[in-house]
Order: sequence, then structure tokens, then C-alpha cells
Amino acid sequence: MKKFARKRNSDLEKLEGRRFLNLDRIMTLLCYLILITVVILPVFMIIYYAFWDGSKIDFQMFLNVLLQKENLTAIKNTLIIAVFSTTLATVVGVFFAWLLGRSDIPLKGVMKFLFSIPFMIPPFLAAMAWDMMFSGRGGYVNRWLMNTFNLASAPFNINTVMGIIIIEVVYYFPFVYMQVVSALERMDPTLEESARIAGAKQFYVIRRITLPLTIPAISSGVLLVLITSLSNYGIPAMLGFSQNIFTLPTMIVERMNRAGGSFEGIRQATALSIVLVVVVSLALLLQRKLLTVGRYDIIKGKSMRPALIKLRAAKYPLLIFSLVFLVLVVLAPLVMILLVSFIKAYGLNFAPENFTVANYKRILINNTMVKDSVGNSLFLGFAAGIICLFLGAMLAYVIYKVKPKGRGVLELLAVLPYSLPGTVLAIGCILAWSGAFFGVTLYNTIWIILVAYVARYLTYTLKSSSASLQQVHVSLEEASRACGATHLESLRDITLPLIKPAMISGFFLVFFPAMRELTTSVLLYGPNSRTLGVAIYQLRINGQIAPAAALSVITILLIMICNNVVKRITRDKKGV
Amino acid sequence: MEHICAKYGDHIVLQDFSLAVEPGEIVGIVGPSGCGKTTAIRSLCGFLNPEKGKVTINGKTVFSREERVNVPPENRKIGIVFQDYAIWPHMSVYDNVAYPLKKRKVPKDQIPKRVTYALEQAQMTGYEKYMPSQLSGGQQQRVAIARALTSSDDIIVMDEPITNLDAKLREQMLVEIRLMQSRLNTTIIYITHDQEAAMQLCDRIVIMEKDGSICQIGTDEEIIKNPANRFVFSFIGVSNFIPVTRREGKYWVETGKGRVCYRDSKPEGYLDDAENVVMGVRPMDIVFDDKSPVKGTIEQAVFLGSLYNYFVRLGDLELRVQRSTLDALGGKEYEEGQQVGLTFLNEKYYDAKEAAAE
Amino acid sequence: MEQIVLEHVTKRFTTKALGTVTAVNDFCLKVNEGECFSFLGPSGCGKTTTLRMIAGFEDLSEGAIYLGGHAVSVKAKNIYLPPEERGLGMVFQAFAVWPHMTIFDNVAFPLQVQKRPAAEIRERVKVALKHCSLDGMEKIYPSDLSGGQQQRIALARAIVVNPKVMLLDEPLSNLDPQLRETMRFEIKKLQKQFGFTIIFVTHDQSEAMALSDRMLVMDMGNVRQIGTPVELYNSPSSRFVHSFLGQSNFTHVDIRDGKVYAKGDHSQQIWAAPQTGGNKEMLMATRPNTIEMGRDEGYSTKVLKRVFRTDFVEYLVPVGDDILRVQTLHRNLFQEGEPCRLKFPSPMWYPAEEDDSDKERARRMII
Repeated sequence: MKKFARKRNSDLEKLEGRRFLNLDRIMTLLCYLILITVVILPVFMIIYYAFWDGSKIDFQMFLNVLLQKENLTAIKNTLIIAVFSTTLATVVGVFFAWLLGRSDIPLKGVMKFLFSIPFMIPPFLAAMAWDMMFSGRGGYVNRWLMNTFNLASAPFNINTVMGIIIIEVVYYFPFVYMQVVSALERMDPTLEESARIAGAKQFYVIRRITLPLTIPAISSGVLLVLITSLSNYGIPAMLGFSQNIFTLPTMIVERMNRAGGSFEGIRQATALSIVLVVVVSLALLLQRKLLTVGRYDIIKGKSMRPALIKLRAAKYPLLIFSLVFLVLVVLAPLVMILLVSFIKAYGLNFAPENFTVANYKRILINNTMVKDSVGNSLFLGFAAGIICLFLGAMLAYVIYKVKPKGRGVLELLAVLPYSLPGTVLAIGCILAWSGAFFGVTLYNTIWIILVAYVARYLTYTLKSSSASLQQVHVSLEEASRACGATHLESLRDITLPLIKPAMISGFFLVFFPAMRELTTSVLLYGPNSRTLGVAIYQLRINGQIAPAAALSVITILLIMICNNVVKRITRDKKGV
Repeated sequence: MEHICAKYGDHIVLQDFSLAVEPGEIVGIVGPSGCGKTTAIRSLCGFLNPEKGKVTINGKTVFSREERVNVPPENRKIGIVFQDYAIWPHMSVYDNVAYPLKKRKVPKDQIPKRVTYALEQAQMTGYEKYMPSQLSGGQQQRVAIARALTSSDDIIVMDEPITNLDAKLREQMLVEIRLMQSRLNTTIIYITHDQEAAMQLCDRIVIMEKDGSICQIGTDEEIIKNPANRFVFSFIGVSNFIPVTRREGKYWVETGKGRVCYRDSKPEGYLDDAENVVMGVRPMDIVFDDKSPVKGTIEQAVFLGSLYNYFVRLGDLELRVQRSTLDALGGKEYEEGQQVGLTFLNEKYYDAKEAAAE
Repeated sequence: MEQIVLEHVTKRFTTKALGTVTAVNDFCLKVNEGECFSFLGPSGCGKTTTLRMIAGFEDLSEGAIYLGGHAVSVKAKNIYLPPEERGLGMVFQAFAVWPHMTIFDNVAFPLQVQKRPAAEIRERVKVALKHCSLDGMEKIYPSDLSGGQQQRIALARAIVVNPKVMLLDEPLSNLDPQLRETMRFEIKKLQKQFGFTIIFVTHDQSEAMALSDRMLVMDMGNVRQIGTPVELYNSPSSRFVHSFLGQSNFTHVDIRDGKVYAKGDHSQQIWAAPQTGGNKEMLMATRPNTIEMGRDEGYSTKVLKRVFRTDFVEYLVPVGDDILRVQTLHRNLFQEGEPCRLKFPSPMWYPAEEDDSDKERARRMII
């Protein structure tokens, strides 16, 4: 009978829907249309190219590519780098999360700020900076160490698999830290207190209660790092190319470049893309498994500050260690880039007479490529941000409020590109928009980058809009209907203003990553559509290291300024 | 004048629900959660379309499947107060209350006057510029009431409006709603699962059962003195149900460990034709009386301030007995473990079969 | 024997917004072995802070706490025993059962910490679960259970080590009203079986009165009154305690030449006994259900409004400038508008001045 009642309920909902069908149905159809265009077509094209040789289905090529020695090495490298960097990043991240979340270590504010810096700097810039410090004999730090200690050979070499792993660790551990520290902060302190009352000592409580309860947070951090590492392009490209160390993403790009547009070359790249997607999907599956095992709610109870563990004698050694570590891994690369950007020629010593502002002059004045790239990146950031903002809000509304049949499909489609590595998405876009459909050719224009960005970042705005939309209770809209407002008026006057803050923050969630993007744009740029990332990358590849550093400094400044503006805007919002 | 008539036939959520509300009346719809009371008012407001039946407001049909009439919610002119207030957080108090007037195309120069009046009625004068987040729960609910007042002159629906407030504030809000209603003479339909609140506020009360049917419609006095069935009896307060039988012309309590005669003559309302009869009696209506042949043992005596609460063991039965503090102050003291005689007052009789079906 | 002793316990917090706030002020208390003692007060009154000081989660600013004759927190001598060494049982408002452990593991935890033999742990967990009506549910995870059952796990976990003292921090507030009453009864039953001393923190007066042997009312960090529930209900020492312990009528009265009149109606005396102390205004405090309503003698007035409630009939009756709530049994019925006469058997008298502590209370709520 219960079942029957529920069925009746859904009938009623349907009935209710019929009255507003026009507006709601238009939005639903629009959502399907857009998602099919930006998501389904590229994915379809990759599969099509990988298994269709022009006349018949063909698995042979796929197998051949898979078994090529250099591809096998790339797969092996990818896996080794991902596994080791994830493990180490997790250890470091959990350690700092515990230190800041549960101990009485001083200077927490300073450390929290330092943790936020890696989120602002694009990974390939960090890799470039580390390369400047530790690349074989050429690295500044290596040279200084050799001179000081009279060493015959360079003590460190960052252009190795090991080097890539270390850089990924220092770049990725804040991801784990963020997840775990927020879980620790939300955890009901009485869970730990009741263990103490039961007679358990502080460290026994950590082992038996605190750590097991944070496992869901840790595992989601782990998977985030794992997936990012698997699909990362910037770091292995910056550090590995010179030594012919390839990972799957860099190998895919390499194939595309080598192919020069030949059918066979593109097919090889698509085959590798499919391998990469399979690996990432496996990781995602693993995540889903892990997260369903540990689904419990640790957020409840009175908000009380948890008791902090006194570090006593270990307090200052730990503080010094943490600060040194953070300064080294976070600030040192920034300083390095800044210094190099003022050097006359890369390789010269940091002596006063070797400094100059010529690099800035060179890139800022008379360099159309750089000027274009700044303009392009700003345009792409704004355009992708605004498109995603409205598209995300509309999708969220359709999925959570209109609830059409098959909304699960819509949701899946919107989240799918998030798990697609940027390189793969880029190839899909190239294949789809080089005249394959309706003769639309966007290749070599800025529009293809925009389409790729929209597909890639739509998830962010969808998430922020839907989180906020789910908090807008039905009764708020019903109240306005009862006050005499039509459906459209209720949407305009009530729902939209209420989710506006989330939509704005969603915009910036898209704007920032778009500003510093490299992975996708490196495959999609054309002569007039370079982005900032591409411009820096090309300068660096062409050996113009000092100008590359100068442009990096400008990029970082630009991001920081935007970041500040955002903070000010959001603060004003709260003040009202 | 018939105000509202909503009918459903053969419907699971709501069974054949008919109700006519007189103008200027406060009607409470009371029932356990999931009994369809919210469904009923959602159909009235137009957020839901019933399978069958007809909804009429002020003599005008607003919904009827047969007549193919369906007036959308915005044109039904009903003020609604929701349980979660549903105050729009991005608008000031003034804008919230003024919104319905703007949507109803009230001339601009009249709006401030009417907003001020509504806020005055809801005792929120002086808060015009506040944002909802700066107000307490009780104040937000007052804003919601003011908004309902500007939205409709004559009908206001309140869906559990005070459930989210704390106990003291609830009592106060009930008094305020009552006073406001008597000043303005609006019709109020008040939905709640709290029968106490409904009794304090409403002229008439509709009691609904879990299956979506109406058990009883009546004033507070009618419902308490003559509950229509066992469900109503147990829904409106703590109840004891005691199996009783008639043997040899006398009336006996079945304790499970034997039977005791509690009455020689036929009690009022006794069901002669039912096979098994249960007696429903309120804790306050069981009186300690040493002369009574029905003897129980006090298992637990708890002082609750306004009353003493006793658990009395009678064979296999555990009875709840209450004494008001006033009685207890003047009378004898009763302690745990003591044997007491019990007399039953105002008892009601129900068929035990009906009880088993529940 | 005294199980818990608090001597001049004081706790001060310093916050940026409010400066120094005294959360608990000069708290002195002796709780006897086997007693059930309640701390009652509005939120923010310091009752939970006091409990947390007894448990050892908060430091004292001044004073001393003794448990079973042992000093556990003495500020002057710098004695402080961490919570795990105080041998207490504690149950929290939010249950605090560990979601990653089965019910068995939850309850066995305190014994595992003590490194008891496995066989003994099994046996004792079984007994504890039986007492809390959770037998047979050893392998279930807490998230599959209702709030009431989760709170039973917390209870079982607390009693499994046979603590001498049980601290209960609003354990019933997150449960629905019907369950609250059952759990109240169960806690009382467990106490009878295990004989521990209970400190029960709550803001619900009926809960405190139903459970406790003795109780105290706190407000803004100060203890207002200590006594048995009957003492506190029938003779509250202040207006605050009176209104906090149940429904109250406060009637403004004028005292003129030893005679007591309701304010606004000097035609008849409201209270026969003469009052001394000169002419002044006072408040007469009564409970709605201890006013005798009849037709023959007492203060003459008439029924303004009548409301039927399940257990009683409630009348609004004007007395001078005030409107009183009077409750009678259904057997004693009056019609709306009918004249009636009121007798007040045992009123309390308080000064008429406004209680300015309300403002201070509001200020504290910001914390």
C-alpha cells in the first residue's frame, strides 16, 4: 500500500509539472542539447577514431599501440609516478592536517596561508621553478652546492622519474591536507571525549577513534591526488621532456605533434587516450567503492572547539621543521622565478650587475604573442566563467527542481568531463570540431579552446549552484506563488537572487583554473589563440628561460590580484 | 456561505475529504504526520491537483476536474504561513511584506500604508529595514504572518507555523494569532500535529487518521468529551485501555491474572453487542479510592510539578494515573509500593476488534 | 557519603567580543553517593561547563573538585587528573557513539582499554547490552539504528565499567518526546541496579523533576536554588526559579495598610491574610493548577475564555489588571462569561521590580 501511495505521489508531481511545462521543458531540452554537443561528441569521436580505420572496426591498431615499447614505458612511468606521489602526498598531508587541526602548534594562520599558495600557482610553473633550482648541473641550487662543497657532480637531478614524483608530492599534498583538516574541524569533539572518559589515553584515541573516522576524507583526498597525477601534463612535460621521460599525457601530446595531422598519428593518440581514460576510470571506481564503505556522518552535535593536544617539548622542533619545509616547498620556487625573471641571461650568477628589467621589456613591449596570450587568457577565463555560470545554474535547476525523467543521465553527462583528462578532452574537441559535424571548423581558433574549457569546468559551477539550490526550500517559491507571482516571476525574484552568491563563486571556480590552464590549450592553440600557459611553455621550450620567468611572474601577479578582488567582493557581500 | 469544499474519492493520500469553513473561523486540521493534512491544504492552495473533487473559495470554483477549472496558486488569493517561515532571506522585512502587494498590482501609493498596517498587526513595527537573518525565529514567523496578511484579506493557511519555536514562545504566538484573528476577522486554517495547540487556538478541529480520512470534526469540548472513536481518544492524550467484560449482570476488569468487579450497573456507553470490549480512561480520571474493590500497586511515583504521575500495576496491566498537585496537596500521600484502590470516571467503551485493526 | 564535592568552583572565559565572562561563579555543591542530582537552567547558564569541569575537559579558574574523596582538580595546589583517569561514565547529547565500530566494539572499548581478558569482555558487554535492551545487536553498526537505540549504546558503554559516577549531558534532548519518557524510566532503572551517582544536566524542568532526588537551578553562572523537586516547585526563592520550573501567573498586587488588593481592583481583597512592610507593590506568583476555582468564596470575577485540554480545562480569568490562567479538572466546569471565585492556597510573593538580569542573559547568548 505504501508503494501505491508513493506512485500516486509521483502522479501528483507530474500533474503539477504539466502546468509549467513550457518553461521547464525548454530548459530541459536546452540542457540535453548543450551537453550532447560539448560532451558526447568529443567522447564519441575519440572512440570512433580509435576503433575505426576508415572502413571497418579495427582493434589491431589499438593493440599495436599498446604494445609499443615506448608506450609501455610511458604507461609504467605514469603508474609509478601516480602511486608514489599519491602515497607520499597523503602522508605529508595527513601529518600537517593533524598538526594544524588537533595540536597546539603556534603560527597556524601563517601556515594555513602557505598551504593556500600552491592552489594559486599552475603546476607547470612550479615545475619550471624547481627545474631552475635542481636540474642537473644547470640548476642554481645544484651549482651553489657544488661550489660550496667542492662536489664533482650535481647532488640532485630533478629531471628523473624520482624528481617528478617529489615535485608532484610538494604540489599535491595540500589537496589531502584540505580534505582531512576540514573533516577534523567538523568532527564532533564528543566522539573523542567519550573515548577519553572510557579511559583511553590521548594517542590511543587518535589511533582508534580520530584516524578511522577521517578515513573517508583521507581516501577522497588520495583519489583526488591520484586522478590529478594520472592526468597531469605540466609537471612531467616540464621536467621529463629533456630526458625523454614520458607519461601517458605527455606521450599523447607528443603523438599528436609528431602526427602532424596524419590520420594514423591521430588514431595512435586516441588509442593512448583510451588507455588513460580507462586507468582514470578505474581510480574513480575505486574511489566510489571506498567512499561507500565508509559512509557515515561525523558532522553533528554542538559546535564546540575540540581539545588540542599539547605537544610540550616537541612543539618548537616541530614548528621549525614545518616552517622550513613549507618555506622550502612553497616560497623557494616563487623566489626562484622572481630572481630568474630579472637575470640578464639564464645561467648567470645572481650578482647585482647581472640583473636587468630587459626581460619584462621584451615580453611586454613589442611582443604580440605575449600581449595576445594575456588577452586570450582573460577572455577565455571570463567567457568560460560566465557561460559555465549560467549553464551550471540552469542544469542544477533542471536536475534538482524540475526533476525530469532521466535526470540521472543529465547529471552523469555534466560530471563526465571532470574525470576526463584534459589532454583527452582536447583531442576529442579537435576531432569533433574540425569539420566533422555540420562542417563546423573551430580548429586553430580561440573558440575551440572555449568549448573545451566549458566542457571541462561545467562541473564546478553545477556543483556550487546545486548545493545552494538544494538549500532553497520549495516553500520559498511556493510562498511567492501564493503571493501572486507567476512561475517565471518566482524564479526571477526569489530563486535566482538566492543562488546568486553561489553562482558568483562558481564563476571564480572556473575563472582561476582557466586563467592558468595548460594541459588542454597546449593541444588546441593556434597561431592567434595562445593562452598564458602556452606562451610561457613555448618560451621555456625555446630556451628563453628568463623571459619565461618574467611572464610567469606576471601571470602569478595577475592571479593574485584577481584573487584579492574576489575576496573583497565576497567580503562586501557578507557585510550587507 | 460555503467557503471551501475539497472532495476526493478513492484516494490513498486523502480519502474523500470534505470540509466547509465558515468565514471568520479558525479551523484546525490535526492528525499524525503523513495523514494527508498537508496534502489537503496544498490542494486548496493549488500546489497540487487532487484526483477528484472540487475546491471552492468564496463561492467561486477554483479547481474541479469535471468542470475543467484550475486556477493557478497565484490567483487564488490565499495567504500562507509555512513551518519553516519561508521568509525570503535576500529581501528586507519591508520588501518581503510588500512583495504580494506589488504582484497583486496594488497602486504604488497604497503599498507603504498596507505594509505598515500588516506589520502592526503582527507586532513587528519598527523592523522594516531588518534583514531576515537578523531576526529570531519568532520574529521571522511574525514577518511571515504579516506577509500572509498582505497577500490575502480573508483566508490564511498556516502549516505548523509554531513547530520550530521553543515551548514558551509557542504559547505566546498562539495567543497572538488568536488576538489578531479576533481583530481582523480573517478565516484561518491551521494545520498541526499538536492537538494541544489546536485546542487552544481553534474554533473547530478536524481530526484526521493516518489513512487520510477524517475521524471527527467538532469544537474542543465535543472532541474531548465525546471522542468519535478509539483513534481520536488515544490521539488527543495519554490513555489507558483496559479490557472489560460483563458477567452475571456485573461489569468486570480483566487484569490478565483474574477479574475484578468494578461496577454493578451498566455504565453509560457500554457496548452490548461487541464480543470484547475495552475501556478507555484518562490518567486524570483514575482516582485513588481505598473503598474500591479494584486494587493495584504503585510501581513508580514521579513528581512533575503540575501533577504527580503514577504507574500502577493491576495484574498484567500497567496503568498511568495522574493527580493534580492541588489534590495531592490537600489529600493523602501515596508512595511507591503502596496498594491503592482505583475508581474509573468518564470512561469510554470501544470494540476491541477495532483496536486490533489499528 | 559524599561522592562529588565542588568547592568554590569558578570558570572564566576571555573572548574578544565580550571581554572576560564568568561562566561559572563560586559553585559549591555536595552530592551524596547513589543520589540523582540535576543541574537545570537555560542555555548558556554554565551547567554544561560545570559538568565538563567535573569530567576534566575544562580547567578551573578557581576552586576544587573531589570525586569519591580524591582531589581531581584543585586549582590552588595545581592538581589536575585527565578525564581518562577519573573513572567516570558519561553520556552526551549527540550520543557520540563511534560510527566506524559495531555495537559490540563500541561497548567493549572501555574494557579493551583496560586490557581485560577477551572472555571477560564478552561476558560483561553481553550483560551491559542486556540491561540496555540491545541484546542480539552486537554486530550492527550504529548508523543503522534510531536515536533512542544509539543513546542506549552510549549508556551501555558507560555502565560496562561499573562507574561510581555517571555524568549525563542533556542525553534526552535529541530524542522525540515519547522516547524521552521511556529513556528517563530506563536511566532510573539502571541506577537502581548499578547504584551509581548521577549528575544530570538539562534545560527541561519536567525531566529534571521526574528524575532527580535533588536538583539545582542555575542562571548566568550562579546557583539560584538547591533542593528537592517538590521544594523547588512549591517554594521557589525567586521569580526566575518560579517561572523556570513551570507555568506561572504573576499578579501585580498593591499592599495598602496591610491589606492586599489586585492592582487595578481595590474593591475586594485578593488575599485575606494581612501583609506587613508598609504600602508597596508586589507580585503574587501562583501556578495555574493550584488555584481553586469555585462559586462560593474567594476573589470574585468571571471567566473570559475557556479552552478544553485533554487533561484539564484552562480558563483565562481577569484579576485586576492581569489575566490569570487557571486550570481545573473536567469535572469542575464553568462556561465562558460565568462568574467564578478564586482562592489562592499557597502563593509566593516577589518584589515587583523588573528583573534586569534579562539583558545580561541576552548578552551572554551571543557567545
